[in-house]
Amino acid sequence: MKLPADILKDFPSLHAMGMRAYLDSAASSLTPVSVIEAMDDYYGNFRANVHRGMYATSAKATERYEAVRSVAAKFLNASAGEIVFTNGTTDALNLLASSLGRAFGPGDEVVLTEMEHHANLVPWQEAAKRHGFALKCIPLTPDFTLDMGAARAVITPKTKAVSVVHASNALGTVNPAKELAALAHAVGAVIILDAAQSAAHMKLDVRDLDCDFLAFSAHKTYGPTGVGVLYGKKALLEKMEPARYGGDMIREVKLESSTWNESPWKFEAGTPNVAGVIGLGAALDYLMGIGMDAVASHDASLTKYALEKLSAIPGLKIVGPTAGERIGAISFEVEGAHPHDLATLLDREGVAIRGGHHCAMPLMTKLGLVGTCRASFGIYNEEKDVDALVEAIAKAKAVLKI
Amino acid sequence: MEENLYMENILDHYKHPHNAGRLEDATLHAKELNPSCGDAIELFLKLDKCDRVAEVKFDGKGCAVSTASVSMLTDRLKGRPLADVMALNERDILELLGIDVGPMRMKCAMLSLRALKSALATKK
Repeated sequence: MKLPADILKDFPSLHAMGMRAYLDSAASSLTPVSVIEAMDDYYGNFRANVHRGMYATSAKATERYEAVRSVAAKFLNASAGEIVFTNGTTDALNLLASSLGRAFGPGDEVVLTEMEHHANLVPWQEAAKRHGFALKCIPLTPDFTLDMGAARAVITPKTKAVSVVHASNALGTVNPAKELAALAHAVGAVIILDAAQSAAHMKLDVRDLDCDFLAFSAHKTYGPTGVGVLYGKKALLEKMEPARYGGDMIREVKLESSTWNESPWKFEAGTPNVAGVIGLGAALDYLMGIGMDAVASHDASLTKYALEKLSAIPGLKIVGPTAGERIGAISFEVEGAHPHDLATLLDREGVAIRGGHHCAMPLMTKLGLVGTCRASFGIYNEEKDVDALVEAIAKAKAVLKI
Repeated sequence: MEENLYMENILDHYKHPHNAGRLEDATLHAKELNPSCGDAIELFLKLDKCDRVAEVKFDGKGCAVSTASVSMLTDRLKGRPLADVMALNERDILELLGIDVGPMRMKCAMLSLRALKSALATKK
């Protein structure tokens, strides 16, 4: 399976940004023309609020906004009623920690992993403080994968939720989601997948993964910033309390108390990001049009090429798995070069990478690192981008005299 | 843009920073973090009876810019009266570095000054 040969024409910003190689799609992916046009269409042609207008333009806006629920459902093999629109993965995980956390208390435990992004750690820390439950972490093995033996000991009948990153933004590791779901369900806990990274790189099937909740962001899946999806099993969404209150999420409001709208709408208070959701729909249609199998195989072959080329550089160490299932977010360190200096020097060569702790400070502490450099791929990247990276690293080493 | 960022003397300070270490009997001490890259600098100052900087050390690993900055700043602090130390500002740091830092690296350059200001704030 291959990507369309002329895929670069869909991404004019690649040219406009004047870079030699954009290798930071794990931070944010670029936006194809079809997504920008879909949002322009909303602002230019049917710019009205949703769910409340009593005129044709508002009805059209509502119809287009709601249609994206079906698109997202198709992308995840879910049903439309299981799709909640959020501001992004961080927002979705905050919603879950806030809403589910209320039902947990002293003696209960929520299980995370040592490789979590701050977005799947800090909201749970705060909820744990408020409600008195405890946090436990599944540790890493020396080959940057989850210690599944330890997972069996950490997940116990006290566990109420297992919330794990599906693919690590800092290591590239893909975690065994189905196995973790089975462990969680065996003790009656829910399993939550942070799919912020995996959604852009592989086919996600929530029925096959048997996850209870899954969150991802539009801006890492070729859509706009500030919008994302929370999938939740219908029966669980029904039982959950909303996390935010206000307009649109209510059924009846009295001065003393209120009742809630049905799910998923009870989780969407206030006027939503209508253009963003419409853009998200266009992005998911774009990805499904290409085919996630082709997207995944492109990512795998580019990752294999990059791991070979980078590993050959003297003094460079890959921080992440070099074999097994992984995504094209490759962390590395170069002996004698601080990640921030390397990122600055690579930028001079027109190569955009990320340097730092990748919002995973506990992971960096565990690995004994301040941070790493990370090159990450999107569907517009080619082998020549990896070659540009390798050349730029050689130049940076010369400047730093290492 | 910041073409002279990695000048010879910056790299010298980066690879062989001055005043690296810790002071167990420091009068003033503070740790500052650069949240965007995770770098941390811990600064230790020992004042003499006349409130002059008798000794100064720093601990922590940073990039070339933040390391050169703290290395140069600690050199500058030695023997100075407290009033001079308290008056130090961003412009002084940029003068010490002598490079065009640019907006993307300003936080790195100023980490040493932030640690100094925090240390001074602990003075009773």
